[in-house]
Amino acid sequence: MKGARASRTTIALKLGMALSGIVFLGFVLAHMYGNLKAFAGHDAFNEYAEHLREIGEPMLPHEGLLWILRVGLIAALVVHVYCAVVLWRRAARARTTKYVVKKQTGATRASLLMRWGGLTILLFLVWHLLNFTIGKVNVQGGATNDPYNLLVDTFDVWWLTLIYIVAMLALGAHLHHGIWSAAQTLGWTGTAAKRQRAKTIGFVIALIVSVGFSLVPLGVLAGIITK
Amino acid sequence: MNLTLKIWRQPDAESAGAMHTYQLSDVSPDMSFLEMLDVLNEQLNDKGEDPIAFDSDCREGICGACGLMINGDAHGPEVTTTCQLHMRSFTDGETITIEPWRSDAFPVLKDLVVDRSAFDRIIQQGGFISVNTGSAPEAHSVPVPRDDAMRAFNVATCIGCGACVAACPNGSASLFMGAKITHLGELPQGQPERDSRVVNMVAQHDHEGFGGCTNIGACTAACPKEIPLDVISQLNKDLRTAIKHGH
Repeated sequence: MKGARASRTTIALKLGMALSGIVFLGFVLAHMYGNLKAFAGHDAFNEYAEHLREIGEPMLPHEGLLWILRVGLIAALVVHVYCAVVLWRRAARARTTKYVVKKQTGATRASLLMRWGGLTILLFLVWHLLNFTIGKVNVQGGATNDPYNLLVDTFDVWWLTLIYIVAMLALGAHLHHGIWSAAQTLGWTGTAAKRQRAKTIGFVIALIVSVGFSLVPLGVLAGIITK
Repeated sequence: MNLTLKIWRQPDAESAGAMHTYQLSDVSPDMSFLEMLDVLNEQLNDKGEDPIAFDSDCREGICGACGLMINGDAHGPEVTTTCQLHMRSFTDGETITIEPWRSDAFPVLKDLVVDRSAFDRIIQQGGFISVNTGSAPEAHSVPVPRDDAMRAFNVATCIGCGACVAACPNGSASLFMGAKITHLGELPQGQPERDSRVVNMVAQHDHEGFGGCTNIGACTAACPKEIPLDVISQLNKDLRTAIKHGH
């Protein structure tokens, strides 16, 4: 093909998905670790939150590193969503006449839910940022300037906890397929053994992340984490 | 065996198609799937109706001409080609839905026949090695490690039937391309064109309107030649290497 460019192919889009996905994986693992500080109590949790804003001072301004990370995450989000939209549209155009009967032999449920699951996570992300970062919504009407108390007030409400648990199931399913898929896209799974290893690692990390995140809201609801 | 067959009928590429239902009785479990359709077509001929068009050639599972979506599985419930599928894989009284491969890159020509020349155009972009023809060189002059030779040979069994595209929820031909890329890339003769091969083949694949791969694995489950999913990893790795080399 004349003028064919590797960077213009669907595989380049997949590489974009994989690399931005790895950025998110690093983020959710660090985020989960921070959340688990809630089990250490009010002061430890708030101190951790404040420390995130002070890292690098005085060389960096207050919240300096935090904003560098946020810009990186926003860039990764733009790449991830852009590539997903282009690939989704391509897939839709690749089969405009549907099968009357179609089995999904060989496919895991998680692999078939990547796009709708991703959309679920995106919607959750909007709510989550309104809840804890941008808007700071306290549905119980309490103070919003104390991260630990806002967390406890939020997850004391059963339906908010439910939203988070559903989102963490979606995230778990997304990571379960996404991690192995990223490894495959990066060309790391050239043998059956490596493929199986990537799938196992994907499942284990997905389990750690979804359970790790869910422990905090469930801990509040169970009365283990209290004000 | 008595069967109810729901079959896609479409007079030509331009006309709209629809599912038609046929009753077929006294089917032997030892018939191949295509022989069963031959029997149905004889009955349709006797009644003066247009027989059902479907592709077939060797009928021994090595040419890649046949290919039907049978009850939602490409080539039906067994890991084999449609011609090597036998009616014993079905039960008496069963309803069998038969559709053509569904991919906008494989337009339906008539009934169950699709045009797979998109695969030919992908092959023309790099599914070859450029050597001067003449007398065959001495086979032992270019040693190939056994593992490489075995891998190349195993994936060279791809017959280009299109079942991977038909089964893929994204309509991607990545398994087909991966098989070709791995087959030639494992051998010393495939090295000089390795980068341009992957870039050109993938560009043609995208141009034909096939979808992108999301590593679901429905392709490899449908593949009658059991091409493993690691050829897609190889395809991705080769493209990544080509990017690194400035292609």
